[in-house]
Amino acid sequence: MKTLPSADVVIIGGGWTGLLMAKELGSRTSASVVVLERGAPRKTTDYFNTMDELENYVRLRMIQDFSSETVTFRHNDRQKALPLRQAGPFLPGVGTGGAGEHWGAVCDRMSPDSFELLSKTVEKYGPKKLPEDHAIQDWGLTYDEIEPFYARVEKLIGASGKAGNINGKKIDGGNIFEGWRSSEYPLPPTKVPYFSVLFDDATKKLGYHPYPSPAATLSAPYVNPDGIARPGCTYCGFCERYGCMIGAKAQPTNVLMPVIAKHKNVSVRNGAWVRRILFDKIGRNPKSRGVTYVESGQEFFQPADLVVLASWTLNNTRLLLLSGLGDAYNPSTGAGTVGRNLTHQVSFSPVLAFFEKPLNRFMGSGAAGVLIGDFSGHVLDHEKLPFIRGGTLQAPSHGYGPLGTFGAVPKSIETKWGSAWKKAAIHNYDRAARLAFQGEHLAYKGNFMDMDPTYTDRNGDPLLRMTLDWRDNERYMANFAIAKSVEIVRAMGATDFTPSSGLGSYDARVYQSSHLQGGTIMGKSPETSVVNPYLQHWQLPNLFILGGSTFAQSSSARPTLAMLALTCRTADAIVDRYLKAPGPLAGA
Amino acid sequence: MRNPKVAKAGSKNETGDKIVTRSDAHFPANQEFENLASDTPYDHSRKQMPRRQFLVISAAVVGGVFLCGLDGSAQRVSPEDRLIHIPLHFFDSEEAAIVMAAASRIFPADESGPGAKEAGVVVYIDRHLAGPYGSDAHRYTQPPFEEGVPELGFQGKATPAELYREGLKGLAGFHLLPPVEQDQALMKIESSLFFYLLRQHTIEGMFCDPVHGGNVDMLGWQLLGFPGVRMSNYDDIDKHFGEAFRPDPVSLGGHPRDNEE
Repeated sequence: MKTLPSADVVIIGGGWTGLLMAKELGSRTSASVVVLERGAPRKTTDYFNTMDELENYVRLRMIQDFSSETVTFRHNDRQKALPLRQAGPFLPGVGTGGAGEHWGAVCDRMSPDSFELLSKTVEKYGPKKLPEDHAIQDWGLTYDEIEPFYARVEKLIGASGKAGNINGKKIDGGNIFEGWRSSEYPLPPTKVPYFSVLFDDATKKLGYHPYPSPAATLSAPYVNPDGIARPGCTYCGFCERYGCMIGAKAQPTNVLMPVIAKHKNVSVRNGAWVRRILFDKIGRNPKSRGVTYVESGQEFFQPADLVVLASWTLNNTRLLLLSGLGDAYNPSTGAGTVGRNLTHQVSFSPVLAFFEKPLNRFMGSGAAGVLIGDFSGHVLDHEKLPFIRGGTLQAPSHGYGPLGTFGAVPKSIETKWGSAWKKAAIHNYDRAARLAFQGEHLAYKGNFMDMDPTYTDRNGDPLLRMTLDWRDNERYMANFAIAKSVEIVRAMGATDFTPSSGLGSYDARVYQSSHLQGGTIMGKSPETSVVNPYLQHWQLPNLFILGGSTFAQSSSARPTLAMLALTCRTADAIVDRYLKAPGPLAGA
Repeated sequence: MRNPKVAKAGSKNETGDKIVTRSDAHFPANQEFENLASDTPYDHSRKQMPRRQFLVISAAVVGGVFLCGLDGSAQRVSPEDRLIHIPLHFFDSEEAAIVMAAASRIFPADESGPGAKEAGVVVYIDRHLAGPYGSDAHRYTQPPFEEGVPELGFQGKATPAELYREGLKGLAGFHLLPPVEQDQALMKIESSLFFYLLRQHTIEGMFCDPVHGGNVDMLGWQLLGFPGVRMSNYDDIDKHFGEAFRPDPVSLGGHPRDNEE
């Protein structure tokens, strides 16, 4: 193994959070920063000729190569976990920019009570309303503390939307159920396509409160506080699962890399696959020493004073487990913290609806659409409902191609091939559309991650094993969303519709957002969390962990904006406090 | 060299839009196509083939001009008839004929427009199976292979290429059967993984960008009114509510009018 010259900071992962930290440290300090990214370099000009649905949407060319590494999966500990041999329920990113290159770019905020979910739920309904085997926790910080950072990252990415609550004043047309905002969105909402307009009209008539989807795709040309200029979205429709060819969709390569490139103290090393975080044994003055990685078959040791773990959410947990860093969570005793509180989101389509008139669905963007927040966890009255919490319902207008959507036919067509099917599928191709629900997935004691005993990655390291399934809370929530969605598509004038059959067991064949969360969660106590509310490891003060792996459980919002906001908060704490006096930033 | 002869149609489809097509530019004259083929990334597959295999079909079968009458019936006007030899990268000649016939029952040419044969679906599938997808280059293929609950997805060892080879054995002589018997043969394998792939790949070959070998003359996109690679919808996305907006299709390989003189 070759030992490299020591760096002040090593960052594992060149996605949204790792590169944001690199930008902050690179531009605000003189620290030497090395970013280790195992995938290839990327830049906006790479995307000029990639409007190819087969390559991107179907064959997932931007996603982690599953031949090198995957996870194993089981519903519960009575099942044998088997590898997800092909990408399915979520799409891990790889390469500069990570999953931030091919995200959909909806950038909603979490509701204030998401951060204090345990105390707020008990306060409202008493402890008996919580599911028996839940593992819900407070995050250890409040919405009021994170709000300034939300506002900061919205300016960074040029969020386009309509505020529904500025300093407590409700504003019609925005999401009146959102937490308070210190300011309006930097840009007005993106354009609203026909299908989403139908939803907007219908939900208004039904007494709900629709609002345009907050988007990290620009509604107009924009220059952010770093001086980065980007053009407005053209609604080409090649958005989620694609890189944006003009840089209208905020991606790490167009928002962060141009700033990083100006700072010689930051270097991004591509092809560097980190295998371990090295540390002095946890005892008196424990410390991480740096990381080992493989590049082109050669092993390197990169020593560093500060280690920032910012890989894709599942990989954060895996690297801690591989490194023997901290105690692995044991679901039967509740001891150990690494791997606990694995959550996804109740992300599914409650109904497929058919319309008389064509919808022109090829036009759109990953974040174009209209939402309602009326079924959110903090809005619904759960006294008479068989579940707690909730989610948002959306009429998305992502921009759709035929490989992703062709073949939707009404129930009356019973074949899936041949003339009758073909005729119906062609007729309905641009007349069919889905609503999308995104709900909170509660944390449970039995949903967790550990090391797989059988399967390994290309380096011979054990794969991460996920143990995950839905509980009745999610199933009842889904049924509720289905019933409401049917009511809404009827009001939209749908001529026919096919409701979802609901949630059975977690189905790893079906994509359901890449919003996995938990595993290295933040919290108030080292007994029940891996990092403190500054995302600093409880035992190793010179290790910080960024990303969705630090979320105690999912909210109904997309996690990216919260990840970026918390990264800014941690960057401030490192620059203003830690670098001046290295040590724990929060007491237990 | 492109085929300079372009045939186009000025009729309307069911939503009242003009159909733009061209002749078989994807299947230029024999010699040209062979030169083209020797430069393709799939060249390596030739090593596996002791003797070069061709799919020999009439040029009148693929591509051509797609006309929709005002009564909703779809007709293809064929270009001059001649035989073209399409070099195969994965299938042998008989396998290709079977796949072409089966894909044409899944997505037939009928009164709702041209189908899999006319869009060159078999060429797409042949190229695709010869490439990284066919050999599972991006799939996790470490043993042990065990069966689990269905929600964990396909756990088998066989690659798509192997699944086709095996599946096609069961369809020997399929291309020689009359359509009714072909449908009966497909119904028998409807629930197999092979059929699932064949159906999926037929859809892909109908509607992928023509650079991948299917969707010849963007026939598939024209059937749907999908405009393909359209750089900007800024001026249109909030208009055309309740009516079909069908701009001329463009592929990564260009616009049909690129070939006009």
